[in-house]
Amino acid sequence: MNSQTFAKITVRVYLGLFIVYMLLPLAIMGGAGLNNTRFPSVYPWVGITDRWFIDLWNDQRMWGSIRNTTWVALAVVMISVPIGTAAAILLNSVKPKLRSVLYGFMVAPILTPGAVIGISTLLFWNSFGVSAGLYLSVLGQVSFVAAYVMLMVLARLQSFDPALEEAALDLGATHGQVIRRILVPHLYPAIIAGAVIAFFQSVENFNVTLFTRGNSDTLTVYVGSKIRSGITPTINALALLLIIVTVICAVIYEVLRRRAEKRAAALVAAED
Amino acid sequence: MQELIRRYGISLSVIMAAMTAFWLLALVVIPNLVLFKFSFRLYLPVDQLGGPNDVYTLKNYITFFDSPIHINVFFATIMYSSIVTIICLIVTYPIAYMLAKVLKPTDTATFFLVLLIPLWVSEILRSFAWFIILSAQGPLNAFLVGIGLIEKPIRWITGFQAVVVGLVYAYILFMLLPIYNAIQALDTNQIEASQDLGASTWRTHWRVVIPHSKPGIASGCVMVFMLCAGSVVVPSTLASTNSRWFTEIIQQWMFEGLDWNVGSAYAFLLLVLCIVFVSLVMRVLNVRLVDIAK
Repeated sequence: MNSQTFAKITVRVYLGLFIVYMLLPLAIMGGAGLNNTRFPSVYPWVGITDRWFIDLWNDQRMWGSIRNTTWVALAVVMISVPIGTAAAILLNSVKPKLRSVLYGFMVAPILTPGAVIGISTLLFWNSFGVSAGLYLSVLGQVSFVAAYVMLMVLARLQSFDPALEEAALDLGATHGQVIRRILVPHLYPAIIAGAVIAFFQSVENFNVTLFTRGNSDTLTVYVGSKIRSGITPTINALALLLIIVTVICAVIYEVLRRRAEKRAAALVAAED
Repeated sequence: MQELIRRYGISLSVIMAAMTAFWLLALVVIPNLVLFKFSFRLYLPVDQLGGPNDVYTLKNYITFFDSPIHINVFFATIMYSSIVTIICLIVTYPIAYMLAKVLKPTDTATFFLVLLIPLWVSEILRSFAWFIILSAQGPLNAFLVGIGLIEKPIRWITGFQAVVVGLVYAYILFMLLPIYNAIQALDTNQIEASQDLGASTWRTHWRVVIPHSKPGIASGCVMVFMLCAGSVVVPSTLASTNSRWFTEIIQQWMFEGLDWNVGSAYAFLLLVLCIVFVSLVMRVLNVRLVDIAK
């Protein structure tokens, strides 16, 4: 065996181990949702059961938390996508000095612990008499999710040719038309990707929500309180369902991405 | 700003500026200033507000510095967050390099597609998974006893070991992705040139690849450290009585002590810790904020 095949095998083994490390815990957790034992575990394996799924289905609190999570995530998308996009466009057309100052403030929320964002949001809005609740969770989440959207749109703006806007203005387009017909179509992929990221960031969020939610549950808070107060495999059943949904979403996302790539490649080929 | 108005007109520019201002002022800057101010006020019953006791004071911070337990927890949080950050860096650097420069691009795409699954499963479930694995009757003990490595089950969830395991698992991808992006941007010719000129593998990495991936390393370290130090979920699932995390103390003040003023002082200390860490990383690795947030 020469040293090159050895290196190749080492690479494969290392990457393979990493994949196993990332996936095995999830498989064990999901598998425990099917096992017919009182405490969630895959060992000893007693037999497959659907009772934890039935328990889960009958849990009204879980359904309420799913409704809340969806509501919050949609609100976060609706607010953070326009804000992040506007901020990126603004940032792209100010002087370098102001740009770097603004940029610092905009990325700061990404580097701030969720607990700090949650508590500061709670205190700020409380001083206006707004008490804790999902509204505050939305505002708290927007503060850092908008930063992700901003970064994605900003990256896309780098490949934008401002001369197109000049041309449109010279040819008599209104400012609204410049945005609608030239800028937004170019930014479209980044805006969609930003919306997807915003949605998932919101669904996954725990820290900000914990401090701002008041008495309402979101899905992550529901899971968190379940884990603290006596564990039953219903959480594993829920985890298994969430993992399946994630896999489906990942596959759809990838199929769409590849299709878009192919279309773009075909377009380039046609132009040649 | 004039540039903005010239392109998009006065009304659209005002709308965009207003949205940005709402975000930065109402959601980012002023809430943090309120937090700061709150941390110097006392928690008082309603009838004493505005009275002679309603003054600015350092008392909330003195509460922290007077409590050896809280100081201990604070430094334990820093220490174990740093350990997790270093583990993540050492484990993911080779992976990032292999994905960016050794594997075929299609294989790399498949690899990342598989990684989307743990990335999109929420951190609370990821730490719960390790709670099951590490529990006394869990699969890890069963496996180790089964192969005869240990005689009776080990109690894993004690001290900080389970927390470190959970944190590494929860946040390791936040280290992998930025380093991968940075190495991918490196021209492969530079690596080949270094090898052709006789540099050893180590030297090539030390002098070519690592310097080029510094922004990615900085970004990964900052994200992982911040997520660890501010993690609520992982310690609350995997810590035990002898391993408390700083966020748990903050929660205690906010939810059990119901003293939001002390709570905000503690939250502010956490924020200061993260700011210090970010500046330290930027100084040591000599990178700018623009490089970190990508």
